[in-house]
Amino acid sequence: MSVKTLKINGVDIAIEEGATVLQAARQAGVPIPTLCHLDGVHDVGACRLCLVEVSGTRKLLPACVTEVAEGMEVQTNTPKLQEYRRMTVELLFSEGNHVCSVCVANGNCELQDVAIQVGMDHSRFTYRFPDRAVDISHPQFGIDHNRCILCTRCVRVCDEIEGAHVWDVAQRGAACYIVSGLNQPWGEVDACTSCGKCVDACPTGAIFRKGSTTGEKERDRAKLDFLVTAREKHEWTR
Amino acid sequence: MDKIKFATVWLAGCSGCHMSFLDLDEWLIELAQFVEVVYSPVGCDLKHYPDNVDVCLVEGGIANEDNLELILQVRRQTKILISFGDCAVTANVPAMRNMLGGAEPVLKRAYLELGDTSPQLPYAPGIVPELLDRVLPVHEVVPVDIYMPGCPPPADRIRATIEPLLHGEMPAMVGRDMIKFG
Amino acid sequence: MDLTELLDVGEAHRAAQKATRVHCCTSTGCRAASAMEVFKNLKTAVQDAGLEAEVEVVGVGCMGFCGRGPLVQIDPQQALYEEVKPEEATSIIDTLQGGTTPALKGDLQHPFFARQVKIVRQHSGKVDPESIEDYISVGGYRSLYKAIYEMSPGEVVDEIIASGIRGRGGGGYPTGLKWATVAKMPGDQKYVICNGDEGDPGAFMDRSVLESDPHLVLEGMAIAGYAIGANHGFIYVRAEYPLAIQRLQKAIQQAKKYGLLGSQIFDSPFDFKVDIRIGAGAFVCGEETALIQSIQGGRGNPIPRPPYPAQSGLWQCPTLINNVETLANISTIIREGGAWYASIGTDKSKGTKIFALTGKIRNNGLIEVPMGITLREIVEEMGGGVPDGEVKAVQTGGPSGGCIPASLLDTPVDYDSLVAIGSMMGSGGMVVMDQDTNMVEVAQFYMEFCRGETCGKCVPCRTGTVQLYALLTKLLKRQATQADLAKLESLCHMVQETSLCGLGISAPNPILSTLRYFNEEYQELLQPPAYLNGKVGHGQVTVSQ
Ligand SMILES: Cc1cc2nc3c(=O)[nH]c(=O)nc-3n(C[C@H](O)[C@H](O)[C@H](O)COP(=O)(O)O)c2cc1C
Ligand code: SF4
Ligand code: SF4
Ligand code: SF4
Ligand code: FES
Repeated sequence: MSVKTLKINGVDIAIEEGATVLQAARQAGVPIPTLCHLDGVHDVGACRLCLVEVSGTRKLLPACVTEVAEGMEVQTNTPKLQEYRRMTVELLFSEGNHVCSVCVANGNCELQDVAIQVGMDHSRFTYRFPDRAVDISHPQFGIDHNRCILCTRCVRVCDEIEGAHVWDVAQRGAACYIVSGLNQPWGEVDACTSCGKCVDACPTGAIFRKGSTTGEKERDRAKLDFLVTAREKHEWTR
Repeated sequence: MDKIKFATVWLAGCSGCHMSFLDLDEWLIELAQFVEVVYSPVGCDLKHYPDNVDVCLVEGGIANEDNLELILQVRRQTKILISFGDCAVTANVPAMRNMLGGAEPVLKRAYLELGDTSPQLPYAPGIVPELLDRVLPVHEVVPVDIYMPGCPPPADRIRATIEPLLHGEMPAMVGRDMIKFG
Repeated sequence: MDLTELLDVGEAHRAAQKATRVHCCTSTGCRAASAMEVFKNLKTAVQDAGLEAEVEVVGVGCMGFCGRGPLVQIDPQQALYEEVKPEEATSIIDTLQGGTTPALKGDLQHPFFARQVKIVRQHSGKVDPESIEDYISVGGYRSLYKAIYEMSPGEVVDEIIASGIRGRGGGGYPTGLKWATVAKMPGDQKYVICNGDEGDPGAFMDRSVLESDPHLVLEGMAIAGYAIGANHGFIYVRAEYPLAIQRLQKAIQQAKKYGLLGSQIFDSPFDFKVDIRIGAGAFVCGEETALIQSIQGGRGNPIPRPPYPAQSGLWQCPTLINNVETLANISTIIREGGAWYASIGTDKSKGTKIFALTGKIRNNGLIEVPMGITLREIVEEMGGGVPDGEVKAVQTGGPSGGCIPASLLDTPVDYDSLVAIGSMMGSGGMVVMDQDTNMVEVAQFYMEFCRGETCGKCVPCRTGTVQLYALLTKLLKRQATQADLAKLESLCHMVQETSLCGLGISAPNPILSTLRYFNEEYQELLQPPAYLNGKVGHGQVTVSQ
């Protein structure tokens, strides 16, 4: 296996060929905010939070889908990137209905975490207050579309790890929503095995276990890690 | 030394932020040495928002005509306006009515559909302020100088926000302790 | 089929043609103005006059002057009639026997026609798009034969490189370079895709090419397949183009029957089949990666590049994707040579480009012009300018492009000059605006389009376009402040720099270009903030910190 050397924020890093800039940054302990990335499922480059500057191109590149290259020079936290990231998070907050104080994920929410990370103390964009639905037809789980950021982590985890493909994206643009089955209530989708992987994958309070109330959502991310390691490396360790 | 003219106002919020302010306990006594409270539902009895206020904590979003009138006055007469708590910063729980799409459906839902005995719409011009069509965060109506999220912001966050101001400095609103919502 | 047989088919067809051909446009534009009735009446009129022996009425593709349809042209007399009414058919045929007609006579010497250089539209309006023999009789499929028997795949690619042609789908990527890349990629299975999704509002160049001369596009695809080593092509046509789809289907069947598509083309070892895929009804499906997803049966969402389709496209195989107009140039380039093609146009933009000239302009329709012609020549000479008014701006590039002010009308139309002034060539929409146009409304119109068409995958485009639209609406309602205007501009840059695909990246262009050239129109809409009681100007309160 060949190794590539690159610089992230001026620090030299060596990593195997084929790795992404995000992997390299994580190895070097450089924080890059992410939302749509989830270890173990394929990357879609959708949230645009992980954008970095790479010398030699004027384009901002998503770290999660950009492969490392020899001699690459990456900047992860320029003033421009900081500003754009903050705007991205503000756009997400303005887009849905995030009332953290009454949310099941309050205190354990990756969107909240990212907001803190990018220093967002308010949204400069007008809140849109969309009219969105809540589906609690499933016996164990619920989905509250008000809090969904359309990261498609649930879609990918259900398709690629559980193999059930219960979820997908319906409509386009502002009308997009996460759809279960053939646009059926979740509880009526036969393909759902009630494995709960989407609950663990969902970064926000959108997908939750029934019976948990404000601030009670817990995620067992270790379960996903375990499954992915078992599948890819054939190591059955927790 | 001249005392800092300090005010707090309570718009569309549950008063939880003001309760959290009272949670500052004995630090309130220290604060009193630096500030003169010129307007506040919990700190003094004055009925008119005065001119030349130095610092004002605004709890709550803008939900009705009264809120609107007061916030415009506050902005004109205040140097540093602080959006105090999630309702001021995001409009928060009171704004959940915005999803219904206007004041009218909200009133109908609350007073007609859910009215148990003799459902009727409230009508008392000049006494009950008219609802605005949407509840707005403060900064969508007037410029805000400092944002202090939290539902409510814990007392420590309130103190860490106000204390630097007493020494003529701006607080650094960064990190989980200062800007976590909820 | 071999070359002699091909030539024989053409010869026989020419011999069977009548001395006088009455060409009647039967494409979508003229159909909307009852061209089919005109067509029918012309045929009856010829019968009634007993002229069947020497006169034939041929349904043809677009002649260009769509704003004046239905169009009828009699050849070889070169008599053009515009806005023909069904009841005028008889008198038009009478003119062949010395009669007169009240039908509106067109002027083929008018700059609208005279200044055109027709490569892609060379047969358009002259051949019957539903007859492969008509196409063969004007030299059709000769280039494919030439490529297969007289050139190596590498030589074909070299010829395209030498022509200097760049992609007509909007981006302007050098076509030869793209072909060379796909040709060099390892792998047995490769594909050619023809992009006929044409989603820009107001654009109908590709529709007209497909409806008027479908074989020209198919021949281009087959030559591309030969050059890059693909045996399968897909042509993706938007569902709103039923006539184009129907004519393509017919054309593919005819070509297969003659052994010009399918296996062992011209009895050579080269196989190439073409399938039609009907668009999924979204502007974003014209973006190449989304289009590939759509052909594969998936949701038409763009995916990050790299890998580019040339490396990993349809079913992960190297894929060449080109626009309809790009591919419609290929046959002629092979026939006349790359050097000949490169002699037309400017240093960096070669050949011709079709534009759909619309808006506040006297002559509207489709024109094919050499690259490097100025906007002024197009708008004022060919288009005849604004009826009773003056040009304020010209919009090119549709929702991805920008508004060019009248002061820059002397800009030459080529890829780089248009980008330099904040617009782009785009796929060929050209909308002329007069002094009454409100430029902020124009920006709002295009943003409404993008807001509705974003696929919703990435955050800046999905929700940034909604906020941009909201800010423009606030401005137009005269509720926005200086701070809102600043926010509008910074959000434009953010959406441009952070979106995943070309839709989001270019969506702010109409705003940015109008901000650049018509800033005063934005300023005029601003209001002082409400808390100032309207007393002070556009200032902010000074906050002591
Ligand atoms: C949002 C969007 C829409 C597009 N629509 C079209 C289209 O309708 N037709 C087209 O040929 N190219 C379209 N493109 C460009 C294609 O992605 C691609 O670049 C083109 O088909 C390549 O062909 P060319 O090199 O011949 O231009 C679009 C691009 C974007 C970003
Ligand atoms: S999902 Fe996260 S950001 Fe949204 S309301 Fe819940 S805790 Fe807040
Ligand atoms: S439900 Fe959760 S995991 Fe699924 S798209 Fe929405 S936020 Fe992402
Ligand atoms: S830029 Fe727009 S159209 Fe393109 S991927 Fe993002 S959301 Fe979809
Ligand atoms: S983590 Fe890379 S785009 Fe979302």
